[in-house]
Amino acid sequence: MKQLTIISGKGGTGKTSIAAAFASLAKNAVFADCDVDAADLHLILKPEIKKTMGFHGLKIASIDKDMCTKCKKCYDHCKFNAIDEDINLIKESCEGCGVCEYVCPVDAIAMVERDSGFAYISDTRFGPMAHAMLKTAEEASGKLVTVVRENAKDIAKDKKKNQIIIDGPPGIGCPVISSISGVDLVLIVTEPTLSAIHDLERILGVAHHFNVPAVVCVNKYDINKDNTKKIENYCKNHNIDVVGKLPYDPIVTESMIHEKSVIEFSDGELSNNIIRMWGKVKEVLSR
Amino acid sequence: MIISVASGKGGTGKTTVATNLALSIGKAQLIDCDVEEPNANIFLKAKLNEHEDVTVEIPEIDKEKCDYCGKCSEFCAYNALAVVSSDVLVFPELCHSCGGCELVCPQNAINWKRKPVGKIEHGVVNGIDFFHGLLNVGEIQAIPVIKALKKKIDNKKNVILDAPPGTSCPVIETINVSDYCILVTEPTPFGLHDLKLAVEVVRHLNIPFGVIINRDGIGNEEVDFYCQNEKIPVIMKIPQSEKTARLYSKGIALVSEDHKWHELFGLVFNRIQEEVRK
Repeated sequence: MKQLTIISGKGGTGKTSIAAAFASLAKNAVFADCDVDAADLHLILKPEIKKTMGFHGLKIASIDKDMCTKCKKCYDHCKFNAIDEDINLIKESCEGCGVCEYVCPVDAIAMVERDSGFAYISDTRFGPMAHAMLKTAEEASGKLVTVVRENAKDIAKDKKKNQIIIDGPPGIGCPVISSISGVDLVLIVTEPTLSAIHDLERILGVAHHFNVPAVVCVNKYDINKDNTKKIENYCKNHNIDVVGKLPYDPIVTESMIHEKSVIEFSDGELSNNIIRMWGKVKEVLSR
Repeated sequence: MIISVASGKGGTGKTTVATNLALSIGKAQLIDCDVEEPNANIFLKAKLNEHEDVTVEIPEIDKEKCDYCGKCSEFCAYNALAVVSSDVLVFPELCHSCGGCELVCPQNAINWKRKPVGKIEHGVVNGIDFFHGLLNVGEIQAIPVIKALKKKIDNKKNVILDAPPGTSCPVIETINVSDYCILVTEPTPFGLHDLKLAVEVVRHLNIPFGVIINRDGIGNEEVDFYCQNEKIPVIMKIPQSEKTARLYSKGIALVSEDHKWHELFGLVFNRIQEEVRK
């Protein structure tokens, strides 16, 4: 079974549009949306949810005000400033370490499960999908990404699928690392802007750090051809394949509005380019 | 006054708004809190002449004292410690520096050492006091770098915080101190969906907010309808144009190309001041 994660460093370069296009081209794959913070792939794939699982992130402190003697030991020991001087819990700051529970001399604090969101297993018109929803202001998105990936693997084994296509989050931190660890290939979607080039170098560093092979796609390559050249040269010097150069095309937004992938919506130049890129990605994956 | 710029969806134009706003108002401090992928200085071009390492404390086991009882690994909520027969393994990238292992250790065998996770850089350009943070490549936790950046906030100035994308911990850590939050979106289904998530977050934190629609004209009217229904003020629209896209790709701020943007962002700032006074 091969796993591909689509990432970008910089947000908004077209990860999800490309993931949705690949979904409509893949013959025997499971899809996973690991951008659990701001998941969008479901807007195109329209999953029909078959199974919902509660997700509990890190635990959270619960303070029994009647038992509390206001000794302030918890306040003094909390490294996250999650308890104020009047011994109220600041929920958003609690990282669930359990130190307050440990230091409380009257057992007024208990660490309890928090309902942080849901993980889903679904069917789509292209095949099965694993995805999730993190509740507002909840933490542990990296942990939820791991749950989504485990679910995707289980489905793949169960239904004998030979590919997992993962739509990753932006950035280079915790959820990104959870999305790429142990995958066979990352496709980095970039664009010819100075911001995206800066971010490309950092995300390539992360892929390298975790020993994951990377290929690059330059999206909207025609909005600044000089910068596209720079990206191509950079990749060449670092021995990284540029597997696709996609033109700017308003059809991307139009197909999104129609809740369709670009491939389903149009058979124009952009779609042909994506089909060619998918061919190259498949070839690299099979090496 | 502290204004944060956030979005939910990435690539909608947070940095465009944050940098142009900073360049349009006097006595500004701009802090780029997107420590995973900071881009503001591509547009500001400040000479960064001050550097500061951001470190976190991680446990170091005194193997003379340790009797491998396993209490530390049992306590650790993050699985950052593992006791195997006669060794203790520490996984520094998982550690949240809570101090729990030291508290529970009966042998007093836990010391602390500092580990760098990122750095902060500072420079001044066009009267803007500029900071950004950089998470080291391969590090997981952006929060300590963001916390270190927030210590630089100068309350005598108009402070603009450029937030990372998303809706989880790094975003909340950035915006929770702000007096007003600008949510930047684009008029597409993805933009709208992620805007709704971001609105939930700012409402949850009780921060006054307004919306800026970037690339106005590329999609549909749904973002406008949503804002009307929810009574969310749309404080600016930046029309889609090839020219602005090209300027962005070259790292050129809108205000330095056309003075009208200076006025428009000035008006946005005035409006925010009024909203905050309410």
